[in-house]
Amino acid sequence: MLDMALTSRRGSFHLQVKCRFISAWTVVFGPSGAGKSTMLRILAGLDRPDNGHIRLDSHVLTDTDRGIYINAGRRTTSLVAQQPALFPHLSVEANVAYGVGKLDQRQRDLRIEEMLDLVDATGLIKRRPRDLSGGEAQRVALARALAPLPRLLLLDEPFSALDGIASDDLLARLQPWLTDHNVQAVMATHDATDAFATAAEIALLRDGRLLALGSASEVLRDERERLRKRLLGPTG
Amino acid sequence: MDWQALALTLRLATVTTVILLTVAVPLAALLVLSRGRWLAVVEALAALPLVMPPTVLGFFLLVLLGPRTAIGRGVTSLLGHPLAFSFSGLVVGSVIYSLPFAVQPLVAGFASIEPALVDAARLLGAGRARVVFSILIPLARRSLLAAAVLSFLHTVGEFGVVLMLGGDIPGATRTLSIVLYNQVENFDYGAANRTAATLLALSVFALAAIYAGGRRGGGRNA
Repeated sequence: MLDMALTSRRGSFHLQVKCRFISAWTVVFGPSGAGKSTMLRILAGLDRPDNGHIRLDSHVLTDTDRGIYINAGRRTTSLVAQQPALFPHLSVEANVAYGVGKLDQRQRDLRIEEMLDLVDATGLIKRRPRDLSGGEAQRVALARALAPLPRLLLLDEPFSALDGIASDDLLARLQPWLTDHNVQAVMATHDATDAFATAAEIALLRDGRLLALGSASEVLRDERERLRKRLLGPTG
Repeated sequence: MDWQALALTLRLATVTTVILLTVAVPLAALLVLSRGRWLAVVEALAALPLVMPPTVLGFFLLVLLGPRTAIGRGVTSLLGHPLAFSFSGLVVGSVIYSLPFAVQPLVAGFASIEPALVDAARLLGAGRARVVFSILIPLARRSLLAAAVLSFLHTVGEFGVVLMLGGDIPGATRTLSIVLYNQVENFDYGAANRTAATLLALSVFALAAIYAGGRRGGGRNA
């Protein structure tokens, strides 16, 4: 369970959300500029909120009133952004291994193999990031984020370079793995089809405010209608 | 050619460069990775020797490290000799004088690295030291080389600080720049030409090495 109450002002933009994500998979849906990335960066520990708290299960990750702030990398949280940000001077193998330094060599190799297999990127292990396509780089970035076995996985439009079929296939591989490993996921997207693709709890974010939180059929009723009209025409 | 002065100059430049890189890498990383208004003060102090006349810097160091100040007396009792007019004193002066030439290329190199890469390393549990050694330094290799070469050459060619702080002691503080000054003062233009040509050749060789390294790296840091 992820519980948060956050306020953060960045220039003229003001993020103010208070919510509790209880589902194993939550989609934060909203247009560009709604505050999705800001929210995920704060949850990941990359940016500090002006005020508020973040609790993951029984762990307090941030509490400005009590002066608690767990640094990124120490809060068992991974973030995969739209830009894969693979380390260009390291191989795919070394990229995936970067966050699992505490394992011995054999365990490390097994973990890398497991993660690359999960994202269907085993054949890329010796390649350099410059030799990967956008979709391959996003797969490797996901494998790298999962390798330390986070408790919370944050996905910021992570499959933008994959086509619909590849994206659905990756989600179908990922979701059971997350369930098996007790990893809660929060995915930000502005694409309604991504939101509908998962049986997820949907948080509707707009202009830095959380407008609704619930099932896709409730929260995205208008969006579904818009998509239906687009596909079938106004009389469909 | 004054071989003793050449050897001393190269030794001074080498020691200074090693110390400078040891100091400048963490300082540049601090300036790039941290936030806070106080960083502007640190950056200004690190850049100060760029605009400060070398003789003024040399004079301040001469006074600071001399017997008139507590610091100077403390250092003298610690080392058993005053820092002024010694090789160690020249190293201190050279490190301060050449600091911007090491820090600024590194700051530029580190700042040109995509912040998302640093974020990714932090998210994967890397502390500052690991970010510096596993991400910043490998991706800013050319800036590191530039910092090393500029520090080295700037130290090789320094004159004002050396003269004020070190004087002209053969084998201890007489560098090639001092030798050149002496040769010109004695109207020995033939020897001065050879000394100047040696200093020029050192500079051209080192700069060519930087540019050749840059071409091999495709003109980029990574």
